[in-house]
Amino acid sequence: MGNPCAIIGIGQTRYQTKRLDVSIAGLLREAAQRALEDAALTWDDIDCVVIGKAPDMFEGVMMPEAYLADALGATGKPMMRVHTAGSVGGSTAIVAASMIQSGVHQRVLTIAWEKQSESNATWALTVGGPHSTSLVVGAGGYFAPHIRAYMRRSGAPDHIGTLVAVKDRENALLNQYAHLRIPGISREMVEMTPMLWEPIRYLETCPSSDGACAMILASEDAARQAPNPPAWVHGTAMRSEPIFFAGRDTVNPQGGKDCAADVYRQAGITDPRAEIDVAEVYVPFSWYEPMWLENLGFCAEGDGWKLTEAGATSLKGDIPWNASGGVLSSNPIGASGMIRFAEAALQVRGMAGDHQVDGARRALGHAYGGGAQFFAMWIVGSEKP
Amino acid sequence: MKDIAIVAFTQSRHSAEENGLSETEMLLPLITGVKEQVGVSRFDFTCSGSNDYLLGAPFSFVSALDAVGAWPPISESHVEMDGAWALYEAWVKMQYADIETALVYGFGKPSQGSLREILARGYDPYYLAPLGIDAVSMAALQARAYLARSGAKEGDLTAIAARSRAAGRDNPFALSLDDPAADAPYDVAPLRVHDVAPEADGAAVVVLATGDKVAEISARTGLTPAWIRGIDHRADPHSPGVRDLSVSPSARLAGQKAGAAGVEVAELHVQYSHEELILREALDLGDDVVVNPSGGPLAANPMMAAGLIRIGEAAARIHRGENRRTLGHATSGPCLQQNLVAVLEA
Repeated sequence: MGNPCAIIGIGQTRYQTKRLDVSIAGLLREAAQRALEDAALTWDDIDCVVIGKAPDMFEGVMMPEAYLADALGATGKPMMRVHTAGSVGGSTAIVAASMIQSGVHQRVLTIAWEKQSESNATWALTVGGPHSTSLVVGAGGYFAPHIRAYMRRSGAPDHIGTLVAVKDRENALLNQYAHLRIPGISREMVEMTPMLWEPIRYLETCPSSDGACAMILASEDAARQAPNPPAWVHGTAMRSEPIFFAGRDTVNPQGGKDCAADVYRQAGITDPRAEIDVAEVYVPFSWYEPMWLENLGFCAEGDGWKLTEAGATSLKGDIPWNASGGVLSSNPIGASGMIRFAEAALQVRGMAGDHQVDGARRALGHAYGGGAQFFAMWIVGSEKP
Repeated sequence: MKDIAIVAFTQSRHSAEENGLSETEMLLPLITGVKEQVGVSRFDFTCSGSNDYLLGAPFSFVSALDAVGAWPPISESHVEMDGAWALYEAWVKMQYADIETALVYGFGKPSQGSLREILARGYDPYYLAPLGIDAVSMAALQARAYLARSGAKEGDLTAIAARSRAAGRDNPFALSLDDPAADAPYDVAPLRVHDVAPEADGAAVVVLATGDKVAEISARTGLTPAWIRGIDHRADPHSPGVRDLSVSPSARLAGQKAGAAGVEVAELHVQYSHEELILREALDLGDDVVVNPSGGPLAANPMMAAGLIRIGEAAARIHRGENRRTLGHATSGPCLQQNLVAVLEA
């Protein structure tokens, strides 16, 4: 695991459909400045900048980290750009953590973002390569068949996705940064919305958001000087598998299972449901909550929907999932994974505000991407490992 | 820092023409070949560098995984940068993680589009890109600034192009390019056509190892391991208006941090002739240091692999016992904005 790594600063922007008042650099600057304030540091204190975002086609700026170097105070510093599809926010945090764990740096600024109003995400995700035909329309078009396969395999009743959509949006009402805050959100409201990709209804999908999320990661010495409680990294893991492959289980991907097993091993977790107090899991379509409950080993295969139906994942349940409102409530794609990682850290720091889970001491941050083939996870805790 | 070595390097025969291969097809023989060479079929970590805009579609690295054989699932990551930064990410991870081998690759097919137009999409989208300035024009601004400050002449640039092209003709992986013509036209003055690196499709693969794996793999390949004695990368501001384009402070800093002094050979990511002179100065390379014996990017510039190839070429000289201390350099962004330096030793 290397040297201890702490999260000592976290900054987010308010997520919303369009941020017309700021440039791309201004958006990132806002999140980074808030993270620096949380850590009581200045730009000069930062040794290295690690940037993450999803495809450059979302904004039409190729390798935008070059342009962002000026705004992020990267002059004279190492700066690098991670891109692992939808899991990128998580992978970026893991690469940043590796800079501390290896002893290469003392204080690293990591930041992930998307300004989706600059373009149209569904279009940008639909463009196929010159050597292949695009078979789907947007991410929903790709994931809907896998959700149907899950329903068939598990025997889950039709309303489970609706329950997740309501629960996450209710949580979002407690999060000042969340994008979709729908007063009085209810099952009826979700069921009234149009079917987009059967069985996914409009309110069972994530929004397109503008937003950025930043973290300051620090060595043990640097963390000692931080004014607010740190979160400590107890484990990190990434896994990838091919997108097309006859033996691949797209409902319960092996990559996700392996990634979870690796990160649990590092953190000494044998029973995730009992030992993890709160989880921020990448659920861009409501049905991915029960699917990932199984994939992440919180229950046996086929039982995920039962946990959701019983309310186990609600704020009052024994395993709150997505207390922040999750990806269903805010989705600046490239940042969404880092938001999961940052929200997990906020929970164990006791700094999650109105959506704080009482006594959260150990949390899971999770992200996935591509055709549910790229996974990034970390476990953070209030105690130094 | 933990001792980590480059134990294998392979690259494609770079092509200036679209050859009908997908990126995955371009990578497949290289990755398959390197696995056989080192006798390792599963690496503890894999990291790659590429760019979506070259393909004109999102997620260009996704299908490249097919060349790796990512089943059962692998521990893997990707940078949207030259593969040299993927090597850096792997090197950092190997410092602390319980892993002994890493596979690193970079690939790009600029023949699928107009590279100049694509690179122009990489500039500040509010103030710089709308001016319509392309990559060669940006480089020409820098060349002009350098010539004005240093007193170097256009003929000095031509000499660099001539030396690089001659070396490239001896390199089976580079393009075979004629000597610069005496009456070669300007591309964007003061850069003549031979001062601009020729676009090429290509890919490169590097294997890193540590611990017992180094001796094990080296015994199998018969190659001397190239130990990474220092590696560092730094950035300059993006806006050409806020920096002195005639110098490269980020290259100087990266060189100092990586310990560039005393190298015998330097493989520099020179995409325009004048960059060699700026980099020689920044890295404090004396006249006795051989620069780009492979021909460098001026003899073949496969985007997103060319920087990794510089490190690979620097390592290969140690592998073959030709040198004991070499340097590999990679750059990213306009006008040498970001620079990475790796110092290797036998």
